[in-house]
Amino acid sequence: MTGHSSIRHYPGFALLSWLALVFIYGPILAVAAYSFNSTRSITVWEGFSLDWYAKALSNPQLQSAAINSLIVAVSASVTATICAIAAALAMARGENFAGKRVLFSLINLPLIVPEIVAAIGSLLFFVTIGLSLGIGSIVLAHIVFCIPFAYLPIAARLRGIETAYDEAAADLHANRWETFRYVLLPLMKPGVISGFMLAFIVSIDDFIITNFVAGPGATTLPLAIYGMVRVGFTPEINAIATMMLALSIVFVVGSTLFGRAAVNPGKVVKKLKEEVK
Amino acid sequence: MTRKHKLSLHVDVVKRVALLAPATFFIALFLFLPLSLVVTYSFLEKAQFGGVIWEFSLAAYEQLAFEHDIFTGELSVNLAYAGIILRSLLHAISATVLCALVGVPMAYYIATLSPRHQSMMLLLITVPYWVNLLVRTVSMLFIIRNEGPLNTFLIWLGLISEPLHIAYTNTAIQIGLVYSYLPFMVLPIYAAVERFDFRLLEAAHDLYAGRWTALVTVLIPAIAPGIVAGAILVFIPCIGAYIAPDLLGGGKELMIGNTIALQFQSSRNWPFGASLSVILMSIVLIALFLLARMARHGKGHKS
Repeated sequence: MTGHSSIRHYPGFALLSWLALVFIYGPILAVAAYSFNSTRSITVWEGFSLDWYAKALSNPQLQSAAINSLIVAVSASVTATICAIAAALAMARGENFAGKRVLFSLINLPLIVPEIVAAIGSLLFFVTIGLSLGIGSIVLAHIVFCIPFAYLPIAARLRGIETAYDEAAADLHANRWETFRYVLLPLMKPGVISGFMLAFIVSIDDFIITNFVAGPGATTLPLAIYGMVRVGFTPEINAIATMMLALSIVFVVGSTLFGRAAVNPGKVVKKLKEEVK
Repeated sequence: MTRKHKLSLHVDVVKRVALLAPATFFIALFLFLPLSLVVTYSFLEKAQFGGVIWEFSLAAYEQLAFEHDIFTGELSVNLAYAGIILRSLLHAISATVLCALVGVPMAYYIATLSPRHQSMMLLLITVPYWVNLLVRTVSMLFIIRNEGPLNTFLIWLGLISEPLHIAYTNTAIQIGLVYSYLPFMVLPIYAAVERFDFRLLEAAHDLYAGRWTALVTVLIPAIAPGIVAGAILVFIPCIGAYIAPDLLGGGKELMIGNTIALQFQSSRNWPFGASLSVILMSIVLIALFLLARMARHGKGHKS
């Protein structure tokens, strides 16, 4: 039958899609698999072992790089999330105002500027104003590109919350801070968590910008991995790469789940009513 | 509407400014100002060991196509840098086209799955987007190296007797770019296909259009905005790519991004690095403009 159902079917599309998935996942899965290889050979499989993880975890340079990465990612993503919440409240609540489009473009500017240009721009700027390069300059540069990643899910969530909630709170004599603290913030929570996690992961993953504004001495995990790869492949690299991979996956899947567990505002109100009873 | 309601919805100007201040402060001070500084530096004289002399000069732009002889100071044409810009453009365009060639069938296939399988596939495609780009590129290098699993496997199969030299070539850069940014292409196209009315294909079939004719004349024009959005998301990071050419090209096959980086590392020619950055940003802006126009054109065509 050459009926209607078959015209929608394109032979080869399914095969191509699965091949593309193999292409996307093959390399990272291979690196993960070889990270459990027991020999120094990184191409021949000899047997299962966790030695390379032990080695990577006890490497003092990697330890300090991991600590730096954490300090940077936490400071940058917390700051960016706070900035993003504030900006989202101004942008998604209240009437339109002059310059709104310009501000929106400014907030999303970090997404359009090529990373290498942002990197050398930041470097030039810090050198010109005489700021010494180190953890501080890394955090400042990270806050900038974390803001849009935190902003987008938060603003999307806030736009989904009807202004009826603000009005109801105002009717109950809540001032704007109380409205925010007790009504909007709980409703925004999935967006906030999702935005925070995305900001955290883009910060901990960043290589290019960090590479230029780090200065000597302040090394983060991606910089350490890059340095090691430059010298030559070792199974230790496979182990760290796999750990970073796992971290990213946990965060992204977590962020997606939180985003999806979109606490239905109606449900919250119902629950509150039940509690009052 | 009562006056009270109006008041409660009204965020007064002072509060709005206060709310927007932090985000604006960080981005304006630490991104917008640095970008302006880059533009300024591109018009300055270079200092000998990095840094600049505050005197207006077009030398940084002149260097894009000319060079001064070290001894005589004579100006002669040198197209090495123009070649790098051209190569970057070709890399980015070809990666974008390859991503679209894989992205359209993939997005179409996903859109025809059951809703549950659709969201599973989408998650599968989204996850690598968030995996460290450096780690992913390192993984690709690990696979395609001469002594890597791919060559070992092919030799074991008996398909080849000598390892394929893929790593550190233009092919490797191309593979790396497609590998890095393919998800960026699939997602917007999927969003477009998902809204596509599949009955249009059947209508085309009833009008004696073959499967592939229907694809080109009905489906592609309808999902063009998605393809354009994907092209923007792939082209922009590709044209400014740094990690893929650096690791997979082995630093031999440079792209604009690496050339810019070099001016701030070993070459110590800040104004030239700045002028290359200005060129890169201009290419991005022009591409954005052209693609946005194409998207508008596509929409007009449909109606």
